[in-house]
Amino acid sequence: MSSTKFILGLFDDPDVMMHGIDKLQKNSVPIYDVYTPMPIHGIESKLGVKPSRLGYAAFMFGCLGGTTIFSLVYYFLVHDWPMNIGGKPAFAVPDFIPVTFEWTVLFTAFGMTITFFFATHLFPGRAPRVMDFRATDDRFVIAIDAKGNIPHEDITNILKEAGAVEIKHNDRKYVSYE
Amino acid sequence: MASHNESIIREPLITGNDITYAKITNDVLKPVENMPTKAWWIGFAVASLAACLWVFAVSWTFWYGIGSWGLNKTVGWAWDITGFVWWVGIGHAGTLISAILLLFRQNWRNSINRSAEAMTIFAVICAATYIVAHMGRPWMAVYSLPFPNQYGSLWVNFNSPLIWDVFAISTYFSVSLVFWYTGLLPDMASIRDRATGIRRRIYSVLSFGWTGSVKTWQRFETVSLILAGISTPLVLSVHTIVSMDFATSLEPGWHTTIFPPYFVAGAIFSGFAMVQTLLLVLRKVLGLENYITMFHIESMNKIILVTGSIVGVAYLTEFFIAYYSGGEYEQYTFLNRFVGPYWWAGCMMYGCNVLMTQMMWFKKVRTNIPVSWVLSIVVNIGMWFERFVIIVVSLHRDFIPSSWAMFYPTWVDMSIFIGSIGVFFTLFLLFIRVAPSIAMAEVKLLLKSSSEQAKKKLIEGGHVDESHAEFYKESLTKFDSVELSQYEKA
Repeated sequence: MSSTKFILGLFDDPDVMMHGIDKLQKNSVPIYDVYTPMPIHGIESKLGVKPSRLGYAAFMFGCLGGTTIFSLVYYFLVHDWPMNIGGKPAFAVPDFIPVTFEWTVLFTAFGMTITFFFATHLFPGRAPRVMDFRATDDRFVIAIDAKGNIPHEDITNILKEAGAVEIKHNDRKYVSYE
Repeated sequence: MASHNESIIREPLITGNDITYAKITNDVLKPVENMPTKAWWIGFAVASLAACLWVFAVSWTFWYGIGSWGLNKTVGWAWDITGFVWWVGIGHAGTLISAILLLFRQNWRNSINRSAEAMTIFAVICAATYIVAHMGRPWMAVYSLPFPNQYGSLWVNFNSPLIWDVFAISTYFSVSLVFWYTGLLPDMASIRDRATGIRRRIYSVLSFGWTGSVKTWQRFETVSLILAGISTPLVLSVHTIVSMDFATSLEPGWHTTIFPPYFVAGAIFSGFAMVQTLLLVLRKVLGLENYITMFHIESMNKIILVTGSIVGVAYLTEFFIAYYSGGEYEQYTFLNRFVGPYWWAGCMMYGCNVLMTQMMWFKKVRTNIPVSWVLSIVVNIGMWFERFVIIVVSLHRDFIPSSWAMFYPTWVDMSIFIGSIGVFFTLFLLFIRVAPSIAMAEVKLLLKSSSEQAKKKLIEGGHVDESHAEFYKESLTKFDSVELSQYEKA
């Protein structure tokens, strides 16, 4: 039994890496994840990653922000202390629009970004779970869970054929841990 | 697919023959991973000295009060609000570049957005310090927020544009910060993975544990797109609201319905000028000529030309409406800009903003780096005078001639202004030392489609229409970072 935990295929070109994914999938090798230095368009459908629902979250946060400030202003200027400004109505909706707009944007931005950080487990101080240090530089890395995926030589050969510039058999999942 | 061949007639966004993904990382991170150069130290020394002057002058203001400024009963707003509007205006280009150009799929934004966004944030910080300083008693800032209090509660007046401004500027600052920092995460991770020891620890915290997995990138792109979508109306709303500080008053020269679009165009105009001022120096000093190319410089000059012309049309409209309104006070105010005691300020405003930028119609001017740099400074000066003319020149001669007055700045006024420029440059210089000044991940996206080497391969492959290839080679002649000789023999 080998001590390999993860097999990494390192590519130096995103298109070659995409062919590599195809090849692995044709051979029924499950892919754990792919790490790239830049977003690769079309990769999520290949790997079966569902479209992000962050847009819905953003919309809801926007609604919340707009409603919050509009209700507050209504309470301040209409309900709690209506002021007589030249006999004009206290419920002056056009004047409420700028702040309502600003808080809609504010809540959307913060709500959505915090949701994104939460869902993706990003926060200051989180230990980076890096499988290969060059994945944020110039390598496009396909990671394959070694457990159950045997024989490892076959996977190595598939990756080699697909054009990987380097293949690693890592004993540890994350090289970034001390 | 990750990449496809772009039309050959489009100019390249990355020049050079040996650009690889690794080289992009190395080039961009050179100033971050090495000790600063002499030029950086000189710049930083000058900027931080000016920043110290700012600290001193603002402390003086808080100790002795607003009376240490040159304000008087007639001119109650002068260099403070001029400086505020000037900085907010400058702060508009970053979000324009990162949001509006993203929505319009303008890929050339990729190599300038990061530093432009940083510039936005620092400019808005400078603007905010003006607001706090002009209160004289900065602890009174709390009264601009609707907190329950013992007076009733007496709430803030949401009918007032000044309160809208509090909400607009604070929202703009915090949303820009979120947009900028979220975009920085992948690049911070690049620094982290190349660093060792304490540096790795620091960038580990700063990068939030970014790994670049498929799901992270996919959500990251969704977040970027939605942030761009909401930042676009936001950036327009901010200067609209700033203009309403003036436009909703009854002051001749301020009471103008054209102010919102006029201020927004002016803001983008001055913001791009400041981006140009900084990037022309940055690309030279940091050796980023291959990423911030002549195409970028010319594109920015074109935007400066367009927005400058919009501002010019707005100026003409203002004059026409003053004439057409038949209001004698309105007419006097506009005439006074040329024949009054502040005629020189009016000349600086119209001359710098309208006449000088019209030179950008000539390609020779747009693609000449020293001339572009000087013109960008001219625009910055002109836009400062625009705010000075709108604020001080409109105020100094009001309805009662007996209260007419002039404004004379004191050393405190001047020190705060010079100092705020120092604060801005101190922050910017620190930024280029600790974070990548170019969005590496976004530039890497362009390497296979829009780079010079990719296009050269297309031509050499022979699948390109001969006339298109000639057109492309012709367009390369303006680039200062392209080796033209290699195209002649081909």
